[in-house]
Amino acid sequence: MARVGAALKFAALAALATFLVVPQRFASLFAPLNPSGAPPIYDQGNLLALALAHLGIVCLAAVASAVVAVTLGILVTRDRGARFLPLSRTLVGFGQTFPPVAVLALAVPLVGFGEKPTLIALFAYGLLPVFENTVAGLKAVPAEPLDAARGMGMSASERLRSVELPLALPMILEGVRLSVVINVGTATIGSTVAAKGLGEVIIAGLLSNNDAFVLQGGLATGLIAVLLYEAIGVLERRVCRTSRIA
Amino acid sequence: MIEIERLTKAYGGTTVVDEVSFTVERGSITVVVGTSGSGKSTLLRMINRLVEPSAGRVRIDGRDTAKEPAHLLRRRIGYVIQGNGLFPHRTVAQNVATVPRLLGWDETRIAVRVRELLELLQLDPRDYADKFPHQLSGGQQQRVGVARALAAEPAVVLMDEPFGALDPIIRAKAQQDLLEVRRRYGTTVVVVTHDMDEAFRLGDRVAVMSRGRVLQYDRPAALLTRPADPFVTQLTGVADRALRLLSLRRAAEVATASSPSDPPIGNTARVREDASLRDVLSELLWSGSPAAAVVDAEGRTLGWLTVAAILAQARAS
Amino acid sequence: MNRVATGESRSLARPDPLGLALFAVGAVALAGLPFVVFKMNRIVPGVPLDFGAALPSRLAVPCLLVCALSAAAAVAGRSAWLRLVTALGGLAAVAAAAAAAADRLTPPGNLVFRIAPGAGCWLLLACAALLAVDAAMQLRPGPIARVLGLVICLGATGMAFSRGVFDDLSIMREYAVHAHRFAAEALRHLELAFGSLAAAVAFALPLGLMCHRLPSLRAPTLSLLNVVQTIPSIALFGILMAPLAALSAAVPLAAKLGIEGIGAAPAVVALFLYSLLPIVANTALGLQRVSPAAIEAARGMGLTEGQILRGIELPLALPAILAGIRIVLIQNIGLTTIAALIGAGGLGTFVFQGIGQTAIDLVLLGALPTVALAVASGVLLDALIESIDRSRA
Repeated sequence: MARVGAALKFAALAALATFLVVPQRFASLFAPLNPSGAPPIYDQGNLLALALAHLGIVCLAAVASAVVAVTLGILVTRDRGARFLPLSRTLVGFGQTFPPVAVLALAVPLVGFGEKPTLIALFAYGLLPVFENTVAGLKAVPAEPLDAARGMGMSASERLRSVELPLALPMILEGVRLSVVINVGTATIGSTVAAKGLGEVIIAGLLSNNDAFVLQGGLATGLIAVLLYEAIGVLERRVCRTSRIA
Repeated sequence: MIEIERLTKAYGGTTVVDEVSFTVERGSITVVVGTSGSGKSTLLRMINRLVEPSAGRVRIDGRDTAKEPAHLLRRRIGYVIQGNGLFPHRTVAQNVATVPRLLGWDETRIAVRVRELLELLQLDPRDYADKFPHQLSGGQQQRVGVARALAAEPAVVLMDEPFGALDPIIRAKAQQDLLEVRRRYGTTVVVVTHDMDEAFRLGDRVAVMSRGRVLQYDRPAALLTRPADPFVTQLTGVADRALRLLSLRRAAEVATASSPSDPPIGNTARVREDASLRDVLSELLWSGSPAAAVVDAEGRTLGWLTVAAILAQARAS
Repeated sequence: MNRVATGESRSLARPDPLGLALFAVGAVALAGLPFVVFKMNRIVPGVPLDFGAALPSRLAVPCLLVCALSAAAAVAGRSAWLRLVTALGGLAAVAAAAAAAADRLTPPGNLVFRIAPGAGCWLLLACAALLAVDAAMQLRPGPIARVLGLVICLGATGMAFSRGVFDDLSIMREYAVHAHRFAAEALRHLELAFGSLAAAVAFALPLGLMCHRLPSLRAPTLSLLNVVQTIPSIALFGILMAPLAALSAAVPLAAKLGIEGIGAAPAVVALFLYSLLPIVANTALGLQRVSPAAIEAARGMGLTEGQILRGIELPLALPAILAGIRIVLIQNIGLTTIAALIGAGGLGTFVFQGIGQTAIDLVLLGALPTVALAVASGVLLDALIESIDRSRA
């Protein structure tokens, strides 16, 4: 079962890479969708470049939001930041009820069209799961090892670095994983405000009634999301193994 | 009365319960004891058909249990399990009222019965009826489980490791409660346990199970004096079997039969009539008294017991 | 563990760090950021005006006083009630100030000028709202109190809007232009979000039950639904247009029922598909968490399988199922906005029209009600879930 799953994932990765590099090979596959003779493969830009731009924007936002969210998560779980914990938790819950399009649309008046509003929306949206999981992970660290660490004379920052963060790391990574997958999809909406990415392909398809374009953009994005999800999962398992957490 | 005839359960090629037959008398407590995997729980669950037998049959008061729908059969039989299985979203009163509601009792009758049972099990209805299970201690939850099993006045109650999760003191109390319930309602009870002490304390009869078979079905004393199988000896224990035997005899039955006519000379200890000979011996050794007065609930002396008389009893059996 | 400083235990000598932080942000917003933006028409970039320039002192001073009061209460106040009331007062004062500035800056009868709330105004509103939420949370309101609070807030806001208090603000100007369509699009938004939710619940509950009963079905079903979730929404909307158009062309009955390639049908189908995973997964999880001892006891007492499902399993799994429905409802309200791209209507129509015309006020006219709708749904369902949990605790 596991071997079949691995083979399937490898096949998906190979198919995605081939499609992005030499999309014309797949023309016959998509041709039946456009009987009217419209181009079966997206021809208004380089698919690989779009995919890389898409990935780049998602990764940039993910790194930024992970750094900020983990820092905030650490701050509100310290004694000094405890006053901010309840409100920040409520804010995160509240933030998750914001529709992604609304975040995107509200960012446009601040920074104009292009990559920037998309980046802001992805950043803001990515904060939420990472922050939530960081707080949950740090709160879930059992009292005994912390007590032992204090008993051994570790300072607060040593405890954080060598006990709390390693124990909370799987949860934090799970948050990053979730936020990346959501953002791969949300980034396609960014193309409505003129950000570069695979959303362009879908929008072009919607505008010219070309189902082949819509399908290509959708499948490529979906595959990227699934593969990123799996990749971060592998990373997570490796981290769990080295820190010996089941 | 429960008649079990050549009851068998097989899963694939494995026989879990193998042609078990015995009869449980009306109003008695039978304890099925065995190691884990001996098939004792499966045997119990075949009585209320939570497990359908592969072969054989069970009759309760002469009626074949296979002849009626399983869920209707189960409404006539009380059932208590380890960890109590209370419904967490229902109050104590609602939990106890489950089967009476299924049977369509009217609300007044249900209310009366719930109050009666909670009082019997020392849970003041005013305090506990509207509580939720998680607001109770483990011992209280267990008592609610027993009350729920007794709610529809079943003639038969089945208990699967009912006291397994309780600490020793609460467990002893729960065992007393069960004896009281049997005395009051004349309920026929089948208890499954892996605890030999529990079997000796509760059982009118004990069925010892191993690998799906009943090795011996007998009075507790007979398990000690005439074990039918080396496994029975091993399970009941060799080192303290003489003391175990003493623990099965009550002070009153020996004292009235064999006491000297004159009160013995010197300080005498006083013991209750329902104390076991083992307890009386322990009391005599500890206090250094030559004899103990056996008294009834009102404090009247029924007879006398000496160390010598008790030892004679132990040797005679 | 962490010592949480509560309103009661804090002394006057030690200022509240949260109150201090929000006060600092508010002060910067008031002093350094534009309070309103004045635009000659709905599209051109505007001229930022700060608080002093936007309002005459006879209006500015009372507003500042109320803000100062709520700031003082936030920094040094002991009572959560005091802080809640003053924060709500600050919120109302800032909103009223924005409305007053718009009223003052617009010449009578002029419908072309636009006065939009500026970054400073939004930030002040956010600070006041955060203070209010924080104070309200310290009062630990029960589910009923929270719903009541929501109703009061919505009622007060609705009253202010219907009285025309904000009519001179740019968003309401935009509303006035689109008023004839607004109610219909909002209704369409609700229809799409709730209609697809209802269909999803009807389908996903039995599916979740099956996943629980047949463990071999569970993993493949959840993986499949997981994959559906990763398809970007605009792509799924687009992909569904083709088969539905074909269905409409081939089956006259389908066309009669209003199933078309463009419009509501692909939107509802896509929203339905996105809704399945959270409900199916939560239903299966909720059922799985029901104590096996309770089910065993129920069976032992003679409950039928149907009685066990209705009386024990479903009630015990209900909070988990509702949590799934909450996720779906909020997700649907957000995704419905995107459905406007394929002509399904809804509040997203305004968002995308606004993006197309670079008219930010029109974007806000679509986005803000969507956010309010999602937040209100979240509060309502949270309260419902908590009231069920409480009845058992």
